[in-house]
Amino acid sequence: MGMTIAEKILAMHAGRGSVSPKEIVDATIDYVMVNDVTGLPAFEVFEEFDAVPICEKTVLIQDHYVPNKDVASAEQAKSMRNFARRYGIENHFDVGRGGVCHQIMIEEGFAAPGRLIVGADSHTCSYGALGALSTGIGSSEAASAMATGELWFRVPETQKFTVEGELGDYVMGKDIILNIIGDIGVSGSLYKSMELYGSAIVSLPLSDRITISNMAIEAGAKCGIIPPDEKVFSYLNDRVIGDYSPVYADEDAVYEDTFEYDAAEIVPMVAKPHLPENVAPASEVDVTIDQAYLGSCTNGRIEDLRCAAEILAGRRVHPDVRMIVVPASKSVFEEALREGLLETFMAADAYVSGPTCGACLGGYMGVLADGERCVSSTNRNFIGRMGHKDSEVYLANPAVVAASAITGRITDPRDLV
Amino acid sequence: MKKYIEGRVWRFADNVDTDQIIPAKYLVTGDRDELAKHAFENVRPEFAEGAKDGDIIVSGGNFGSGSSREHAPRALLGAGITCVVAPSFARIFFRNSINIGLPLIECEIDAADGDILNVDLENGKIVNKSTGVKYTFPSLPDFLMKLLDVGLIENTKRKLGTKRSGGTV
Repeated sequence: MGMTIAEKILAMHAGRGSVSPKEIVDATIDYVMVNDVTGLPAFEVFEEFDAVPICEKTVLIQDHYVPNKDVASAEQAKSMRNFARRYGIENHFDVGRGGVCHQIMIEEGFAAPGRLIVGADSHTCSYGALGALSTGIGSSEAASAMATGELWFRVPETQKFTVEGELGDYVMGKDIILNIIGDIGVSGSLYKSMELYGSAIVSLPLSDRITISNMAIEAGAKCGIIPPDEKVFSYLNDRVIGDYSPVYADEDAVYEDTFEYDAAEIVPMVAKPHLPENVAPASEVDVTIDQAYLGSCTNGRIEDLRCAAEILAGRRVHPDVRMIVVPASKSVFEEALREGLLETFMAADAYVSGPTCGACLGGYMGVLADGERCVSSTNRNFIGRMGHKDSEVYLANPAVVAASAITGRITDPRDLV
Repeated sequence: MKKYIEGRVWRFADNVDTDQIIPAKYLVTGDRDELAKHAFENVRPEFAEGAKDGDIIVSGGNFGSGSSREHAPRALLGAGITCVVAPSFARIFFRNSINIGLPLIECEIDAADGDILNVDLENGKIVNKSTGVKYTFPSLPDFLMKLLDVGLIENTKRKLGTKRSGGTV
């Protein structure tokens, strides 16, 4: 019987010829990542093992509450620095050297086709866009993986999603994944692997594919894998660490379910509060906004910034709106600077900051007040996600965020005069 | 781990996410008692004060969705919760809970706030003593049952011990 991509990657890493859905296997991981929030509990657990970490497989990234928002977060970040120093872990990305963890895992060449990567952050599933099986785990098991290099996995059932056809103007990867989540619901892929196919997916730049894989977790999925192609290989050319071998599904792989979508029918979408499945076309949502947020592991890449800057060029953010732009990494920031995008944002009255996860999870740097509403390029619109429990988050692609920032209401960029 | 649990119900709806269980602004400690002070602060402000040792959460599906924060099951343990009963759980929350010793039961049951449940973890039985209705649920696979019982920390120590002595795990 043939295998899906997730089944093959798990079988290879478990030293097995084949595996079947629902089986529990012990598999060797290629990398384990923690951030400053999930790191502290992991380091505390690690101390109980009387072991040394497998340094070359361990990646430590400071991104959630750095630069530190208060003394407690400063102590938390310090614990990561101390852990890195004590064991000589070189893959430690501190303030000013890195950025949002998933962007760094990709930029620095940790993520690659066929790899099995775990991270104590739910959006670790982002690297599925490069053909990896990557998935979120907890802090204690991250510590365990650092010590043993292994972890248990339940082999997921796989669902096949096919998107055929040509995408319209300002329709992005974000709209494809919001459309899918709107269709199957926030638990539509619970415990499962999503595999994505079709001409619309193939036509997407890597950045949009990362957006799709990033939000697989918002449907409950373990991972969202896109078969790697030339775009992935050329991106990895001068950055990947070590060798990799692409993994593809067998012709006779067994899928639990298949879903098909027509790209031409997908429009710029928003997900209304308080679940990513509450989707509607942006043109049909008539609400004013107080804040527009562009950034995050979902949509903080250079392509996203270019898209928003093109819309904002020569225009101004609505006087009642604060727009916050947060490039996802140092290198995205540098590139945006070189291309003059940051100048465009600032000329439009947007606030630009260095990379951090802060605002996306209501941590700091952009927290919403009671009753405020934000259109955001991020991935979650849960109750209180970006601040006060009675604030609201509308998820959208970077073009919708930029267009809405200008008009002061949720706006389909195609309707911008 | 206790095989028999009797406790009072806190009832929740579908899709309880980890931001509801413990808002992100409190993620500056891993201490379960400290985290418990803010459990469900935005959605059930009476929970942190009112939860007693031995209480049980009964919820709709997809409990624990969202972030990977192990702080969520830690906060529930800190609040004295002994198990969570729901038709389905988000996968990272599921892993985290099993790893740190919070039993999760995949079962859809009728129960209201304040009902008293009697749970037999080994034999997969629940009785809602307030309504008299009985339910059965499939036990966890052996591997997970052992992990829940032993705990991830002890399990990892054993694995490392076996590796050091040259054995296979």
